[in-house]
Amino acid sequence: MGRPVSYNVNVKPLEKDISIAGMPDGHQGEGFFATKLNDVVGLARKNSIWPLPFATSCCGIEFMATMGSHYDLARFGSERVGFSPRQCDLLMVMGTIAKKMGPVVKQVYLQMAEPRWVIAVGACASSGGIFDTYSVLQGIDQVVPVDVYVPGCPPRPEAIIDGVMRIQDLIGKESLRRRNGDRYKQLLESYGIQ
Amino acid sequence: MSLTNDRIKERLIEKFGEQVSAFSEPYGMLTFEAPKEFNLKVLNFLYDDDELKFRFLTDLQAVHYPDNKGRELAVVYHLHNLVDNVRIRFKVFTDINTPDVYTATGLFSGANWMERETYDFFGVNFVGHPNLKRILNVDEMDYFPMRKEYPLEDQTRIDKDDEMFGRG
Repeated sequence: MGRPVSYNVNVKPLEKDISIAGMPDGHQGEGFFATKLNDVVGLARKNSIWPLPFATSCCGIEFMATMGSHYDLARFGSERVGFSPRQCDLLMVMGTIAKKMGPVVKQVYLQMAEPRWVIAVGACASSGGIFDTYSVLQGIDQVVPVDVYVPGCPPRPEAIIDGVMRIQDLIGKESLRRRNGDRYKQLLESYGIQ
Repeated sequence: MSLTNDRIKERLIEKFGEQVSAFSEPYGMLTFEAPKEFNLKVLNFLYDDDELKFRFLTDLQAVHYPDNKGRELAVVYHLHNLVDNVRIRFKVFTDINTPDVYTATGLFSGANWMERETYDFFGVNFVGHPNLKRILNVDEMDYFPMRKEYPLEDQTRIDKDDEMFGRG
């Protein structure tokens, strides 16, 4: 047998049976609560992300572990993973993308409706990983704009969850008019997306 | 009487005489070569003959030997006799400037994609193939990656540290 377990050996009592997302700042009184629309919409969006797993290789297996009950991604609202880009918010690209697969990833990205986010899980999706060859796309940010990169080969489920939590931060703080602004349009132009 | 390597060699020499050559048995698998014009004749003989029933094409690949001038690309066929469980390897050498080899798709339908892959990676032109185009690489690629004259790494990277890769 290996070394005895040294972390997490004291049983932690459950603080609350049900945990609820934090309330945004606002002014409240008898029967009303006034806050910014941005905050409320951000809160709703970030706690109910519908991911689209674009799992190609080993990182896909880590994603399967993340969605399992031990490291549960459903706790964060990503209960329903869809495989149709028309219905999903978050494109999770997990695994090595070959140059021949690049246009396919782009096509899937184009089919998603705004607002949409992309997370590149693993070294291969972020930068080509250890496959620095003629056939592997050196990072999906050559074809689609990426919001969060999760490094690792493969990243542990905790790291994938951390990536999703950062996406949640981004979503919570995003301005409602961001997608109509010039800067975003320029970003998409640079990828050749109208 | 089971089919032994010696018996196969005897039958081949009986039928083709001087055309088949370079018999060797690495790890017990009979290997021989023939000029590229004879590849279909040899494959057909091995297929049709009732004693040597080599009716299963296990693999079709190529090897690039940059130092053998005039015989740079070798197309290698691995055949298997399913009844007697005997395997055999057959090589055909061709020049890199005229890499034309007759296609085996008429005889084995499995050769279709394997020849496309060999074309994609080595540039061997299979004469008579129904659909010879790239199968695993991007269609616009203009070079043949597995030939030893092209670099393995993606040349568009500018952020690689040469020191770390032993080139600095």
